[in-house]
Amino acid sequence: MKPRVGVLALQGGFAAHAAILHRLDVRVDEIRTAEQLAAVDALVMPGGESTTMSMLLERSGLLEALAERLDGGMGVLGTCAGMILLAAEVVDGRADQHSLGMVDITVRRNAYGTQIESFEADIDVDGLESPFHAVFIRAPVVERAGPGVEVLARHEERPVLCRSGRATVAAFHPELSGDERLHARFLADL
Amino acid sequence: MSGTPSSDTAANGGAATGTTLVKRGLAEMLKGGVIMDVVTPEHARIAEDAGAVSVMALERVPSDIRAHGGVSRMSDPEMIQSIMAAVSIPVMAKTRIGHFAEAQILQALAVDYVDESEVLTPADEVHHIDKWAFTVPFVCGATNLGEALRRIGEGACMIRSKGEAGTGNIVEAVRHLRSITGDIRRIAAAGDEAELFEWAKQLRAPLPLVQEISDTGVLPVPLFCAGGIATPADASLVMQLGAEAAFVGSGIFKSSNPPKMASAIVEAVTHYRDPGILAKISSGLGEAMAGLETAGLTTKMAERGW
Repeated sequence: MKPRVGVLALQGGFAAHAAILHRLDVRVDEIRTAEQLAAVDALVMPGGESTTMSMLLERSGLLEALAERLDGGMGVLGTCAGMILLAAEVVDGRADQHSLGMVDITVRRNAYGTQIESFEADIDVDGLESPFHAVFIRAPVVERAGPGVEVLARHEERPVLCRSGRATVAAFHPELSGDERLHARFLADL
Repeated sequence: MSGTPSSDTAANGGAATGTTLVKRGLAEMLKGGVIMDVVTPEHARIAEDAGAVSVMALERVPSDIRAHGGVSRMSDPEMIQSIMAAVSIPVMAKTRIGHFAEAQILQALAVDYVDESEVLTPADEVHHIDKWAFTVPFVCGATNLGEALRRIGEGACMIRSKGEAGTGNIVEAVRHLRSITGDIRRIAAAGDEAELFEWAKQLRAPLPLVQEISDTGVLPVPLFCAGGIATPADASLVMQLGAEAAFVGSGIFKSSNPPKMASAIVEAVTHYRDPGILAKISSGLGEAMAGLETAGLTTKMAERGW
C-alpha cells in the first residue's frame, strides 16, 4: 500500500512539497487539524514563517497531537521553518515560539540577513552521487549539532542537512529546485 | 524565463543571490499567510503577535491616503528601518509605479520585498520599473491576466490582485481574481498554438508566458490577493477563488479591535475551506472597518498601471 504522507499546511511552502510527493507516487494529505494528522504515516513540515506556524499550531490544537505523534516515532522531514520548529533550541526567535525538540541542534533564525542575502548553491550530500542544488531563503543557521545528530551536508562548514532518529531537517528548500532525491530518500527511510 | 539572472547577481563561493528562483522562493514561503499594512513599529509588533507572515511598511494606510489626498510617495527610510528593527518577519515597502530611484533606495535599506504599487501616486505613466535589474524581489498589482503577465515579463516575482485599496469593499478584488484565474483556465484549454498567439495579442502579454500557462495551467509566480479584505469571511472568499495568500491594508488597523481582527484573518487564511472554524473565529470581533461603495470613488487606484 502507498504510504500516506501529510504536508503541514498551516502556512508556507506546502504546495511545492506536495507537488514533489505527488510525483513520487505517494498519497498526499494537507494537514491543518489534529484529525487530519491522525490519518497519515509521516509528515513534511515546510518552510514559511516559524513564528506564524508556531502560533497556528497552538491555536488549532495541533501542537499537542503533533508532539505526541513525533514522540511515537512518526517520520518527519522539516525544511527551513520546519527545521526551526523541530530543533531543540532556537536563537533570535520569539519568546513564545514553540520548539518540538526532535533534533538536538541550536538554530539561529534569519542568520544570513534579509531576502537580498538569500542564495542558491550546490552542496554535496552524503550518499548522493552528484551535488544537490540547494535554495536558501532567509535561512536559519545550525550553530550547534549534538553528538547524536548525523550531519549529511554542509555549506561553508555549517551543517545544512541533519538527521536524528526519524527526523530529517534541512536549512534549505529541497522542494524548490526540482530535484526529488531528498524526498525519495525520506520516503525510503520510512 | 526561470533562471534569468538579474544584472547584479553576485557569485560568491559558488552561491548566487537575486536569482529568479531565490526571489520567487520567498513568495512561495509566504503562501497561506497574511501580509499586513503597518505605519508604526507598534503596529508591526501587533501584526507579528497576531501571526502575520510579513508586514508592509508605509506612512499611511490606503484609506487615509484616500482621505488625505495629495501626492503619495515612498515612506521615510527611517520609519522603514524602525519597523525592520521591531519585527523578525520579512518587511516589504512600496515604491511608486516607474520610480526606480525609490526602489533602489528600498533595496539599499535591505527590505525583503518591494511593492511597485498603484496605492502610491504613479511616477511614470508609460513605463514600469525594470525589475530584473534588482536583487530584491518585486510584487506588482494586476486587474487582469494581461497586466499580470506584463509585470512578470518585467521581472515581478509575485502578483497580487489590485482590488480597490482603502475601501474595505471586496468586490474589485473578486473581479480581478476571477478575471485572472478564468483566463488561465481558458488558456490551459486552448486548442492549438494559433490560439495562444491570439491570446498573447488580446492580452498584450509576452507569448512565452502565455505558452507557459498553457503547459502548466498556473500563473508562473504566486498569486496573492490585495485590496478590500476587511473580515475573515473576505479572506476565505478570495482564497477559495484561487488567491494563495492575502494582503490586508486598512482592514486591520481601521477595525475596532485590530489585534483580534488580525488574528482572526490569519486563522481564516489557513482554515479558509472550513466553515465551522470560520464561524468560530468570525464571532465577537467588533466593528470591521467602515466600507466605501466603489461607484462613488473619485480616485480608482486600480486604474493606475499600464
